[in-house]
Amino acid sequence: MERVTLERKVLSENDRIAASLRARFAQHNILCLNLISSPGSGKTSLLERTLESFDRRERVAVLTGDIQTENDAKRLARFGFPVKQITTSGTCHLDARMIEKALLDWRLEDIDLLLIENVGNLVCPSSYDLGEGAKLVVLSVTEGEDKPLKYPSIFFKSELLILNKIDLLPYVPFDISAAEENSRSVHRDIEIVRVSCQTRQGMTEWLAWLDRKREILRTAASAV
Amino acid sequence: MHEMGIVNSVLDAIRAETRRFPGGHIYKVGVRIGELAGVNPDAMSFCFEALVRGTELEPLVLEIEYCPRRCQCLACGYLYTAAQEDSACPECGMRGSQFLGGDELDLAYLEVENGARNAGT
Repeated sequence: MERVTLERKVLSENDRIAASLRARFAQHNILCLNLISSPGSGKTSLLERTLESFDRRERVAVLTGDIQTENDAKRLARFGFPVKQITTSGTCHLDARMIEKALLDWRLEDIDLLLIENVGNLVCPSSYDLGEGAKLVVLSVTEGEDKPLKYPSIFFKSELLILNKIDLLPYVPFDISAAEENSRSVHRDIEIVRVSCQTRQGMTEWLAWLDRKREILRTAASAV
Repeated sequence: MHEMGIVNSVLDAIRAETRRFPGGHIYKVGVRIGELAGVNPDAMSFCFEALVRGTELEPLVLEIEYCPRRCQCLACGYLYTAAQEDSACPECGMRGSQFLGGDELDLAYLEVENGARNAGT
């Protein structure tokens, strides 16, 4: 009997592809964001509001993941930016290989911002690196304010928490300060914006966050 | 439920490793899962049994080491485990800690029986 030490990541194959994607994004100065939430938290609505705010000349592209249907891609394609649906046929998350494959016929030199909408799921997507610059988690006020405690992994790994559907706050028993406190107890430095995709409240803050991230990347690129 | 995919990655790695041990049999694999990894050990064991049953990999045992979130107090440097970042340090009572670990999803080791290891690997 012999014990052989391996000491490597279980998902090392995914991580290898993610690292190669990350290197390509860096080479082309692409900010890639991975949006993760439960089903129905409003990722697609947030992307709709985001895309409609952009000038058509902005070099933005969207990959949207779902188990079935092209519905989200149809919703997002209306804004004139390149959008591609990834249907996973049962898989509950996107992995790096799916992203690599989806990008095959896109020219990365034509993209500055790549938004990836993951499959609606707070657990599994958190394990799969897609080569993104940051993960964002969306939590809506119709869910529980203890979700950050129940699903700490994704809140821990996300740079930004987007609290969505705040227009519904008067009608639901959601304690928004408790939700923010719970998120910070799992991840002290998580940034938070409160938005409503219906009233557009908070969109300015969200877009400012996005601008700031893009500016940081531009500055870093021009310094090279 | 993505444990199935994760177990498949583990089994792929084992199949690749098998070639290094001609005549041997890998009978145990050790995996480390952090509480922040988003992986359920019970679901993983369930998938593991289901995917190994009836294959050339049998008998194969999965040993899971579940790792808590580890932190270090920013004030006194004390090392402790706590589910949350703002938990008070058990030593000095200060809140606020540095994250040290707890998000592992690692293939730690294999145990091989009667395996002559290939030279140079």
